[in-house]
Amino acid sequence: MELQLAWRNIWRNPRRTVIIMIAVIIGVWTMVALTSLMRGIVNDMLENGISTLTGDIKLYASGYHNDPSIEYRIDDPNSVISKIAKTLPVDSKYAARVRVNAIASNARHSIGLTLVGIDPDQEKGVSFIGNGVVDGRMISEDDNNAIVIGQALLEKFETRIGRKLILMSQNSQNEIVSKAFKIVGVFRAKLASTEKQFVFVNKHSAQKMLGIGNGISEISVVINDHGKFEQTSQGIAEILKDSDIEVHTWKDLLPMLTAYMEIFNGFIVLWYLVVFVAMAFGIVNTMLMAVFERMREFGLLKALGMKPMLILRSVLIESGIILIMGAIAGNLLAFGSVMMIAATGIDLSALSSGFEYVGMSSVIYPEIFLKDVFLANVVVLILGLAVSTYPAVKASRITPVEAMAHT
Amino acid sequence: MPIVDVKGVEKVYQQGDIEVHALKDIYLSIAPGSFAAIAGPSGSGKTTLLNIIGGLDLPDHGEVVVDSRHFRKMNQSQLAELRLNRIGFVFQAYNLIPVLSAVENVEYVMLLQGVEKADRRKRAMAILDEVGLSEKYHNRPSELSGGQQQRVAVARAIVSNPAIVLADEPTANLDSKTGEALLQIMAEMNENRNVTFIFSTHDQMVMDYAHRLVLLRDGMIDDDQVK
Repeated sequence: MELQLAWRNIWRNPRRTVIIMIAVIIGVWTMVALTSLMRGIVNDMLENGISTLTGDIKLYASGYHNDPSIEYRIDDPNSVISKIAKTLPVDSKYAARVRVNAIASNARHSIGLTLVGIDPDQEKGVSFIGNGVVDGRMISEDDNNAIVIGQALLEKFETRIGRKLILMSQNSQNEIVSKAFKIVGVFRAKLASTEKQFVFVNKHSAQKMLGIGNGISEISVVINDHGKFEQTSQGIAEILKDSDIEVHTWKDLLPMLTAYMEIFNGFIVLWYLVVFVAMAFGIVNTMLMAVFERMREFGLLKALGMKPMLILRSVLIESGIILIMGAIAGNLLAFGSVMMIAATGIDLSALSSGFEYVGMSSVIYPEIFLKDVFLANVVVLILGLAVSTYPAVKASRITPVEAMAHT
Repeated sequence: MPIVDVKGVEKVYQQGDIEVHALKDIYLSIAPGSFAAIAGPSGSGKTTLLNIIGGLDLPDHGEVVVDSRHFRKMNQSQLAELRLNRIGFVFQAYNLIPVLSAVENVEYVMLLQGVEKADRRKRAMAILDEVGLSEKYHNRPSELSGGQQQRVAVARAIVSNPAIVLADEPTANLDSKTGEALLQIMAEMNENRNVTFIFSTHDQMVMDYAHRLVLLRDGMIDDDQVK
């Protein structure tokens, strides 16, 4: 009967109830929807970061991280891979690469970039290049002179598939070496800067050009469940503790991204706070009006023998019902709007050149995380009830004589 | 032993800088089963005295004992408990809960008492039958006339089997015919159930029905007649 009474009281003044509900709906909607947009941006940045040859975990020869030259390399990658294989979670993938700074040139242009020697099969599911070739073909195991370059570089160099590209770098003896490659494929990446930054050749071809035997620069590991990267990296570091190999996670390698993620998390909390404060004023104000309007009734209930705690509870139940209804509607609206946007994303290509500097794609795909939905709802429900306590206490404290005199 | 015993009660209200002596040294004993009226002109202290007897207000001086319970020794929670179980109220403005039907209004007191749902409904219906509202169980107050609403209020006051019912000007908003019908109902309840009724009134009809009439003037008892 308590719930029934609360339900009927709520609809005594439908307009007022709808006003509070709208405040809650807008609050929850903006909290969930905006957070999903922010999560979409952050996750996209993270995915971009991880897939742009970083991986969840990366292994380098000691010294390479500070001075990325071919001098610091892993000479026997197979033994390292066999050592760490058993500590990797199921479905993990890895790729061993040669990576060195180089100068690319053709008849008209030259540019500094990163030459990456890869095993094409290993890259599938590890980095964007695994499935990134959109024109021409991917390099193969036997392609000693083939190269795959990015669309943006292709355009900048005013070249095309089938043309030559000269790459120049330092070999293991610190001598300048150069080699002509034939462009066999063009890759696309989410960021144009990535398309200009990297060119890919066969790993053996790069090893031969640089004179490093079977040596490689890095082993990149991608874990299916990204959340396990720290635990896995600790396991790998433990296995390799006596070797001359450094183990890094994406957090070490992409400090800007880590900082952005922390800023975004802080911003989400701040956003929740701002929305909630605005909403709280609406709730308190409207609930106070509702309580003052019914002061005589509260006085009657006290006269009948209802204890103050029960009056407080009855007001909080009414408030709770409105908050729950508002939260449900707000969540539905948020899920609906996010689902609508999620299929196509929000195209910000007009601004994308600016976004690229922070590793963002031009299209944002919002992502709903249950923990964010949970947090938004908890904030609204718990703090909503907390602010409703003020009008509820007012109602519970009035004496029957005062209340009966209330007009 | 009296059901209500008021000894030397005084009540002063502050109205701005002025002290208003609403009750001055009131002594009043009312026996169980009485049908008593406290009458007097406006501002004589009738409602204040009724509120003090009902534990809704506390005296500044003096002692109030209702159903052998000394108010001075009781806190607000104990007073609420006493009101819930031993005192029924009927107000001038009916004061029903507008969103509840007649039967639900009557049930509500029993809900607070913790009576089981089935028992609540049965008792509420029985008492509404007794006050002649068997056709109006599910009507909300806005769908009832003033007299019907006041009968629901009487049913609500009586349903918890209180020792006393305090009725503050119960007929003031009713026409004389409806008022008399209501008084008739209350008189029957007083007789059949031996419940004490105390009215505050300036309605002559209520004074005529009352077995005892206490006249208040300027916060003091001016006359006390037992008929």
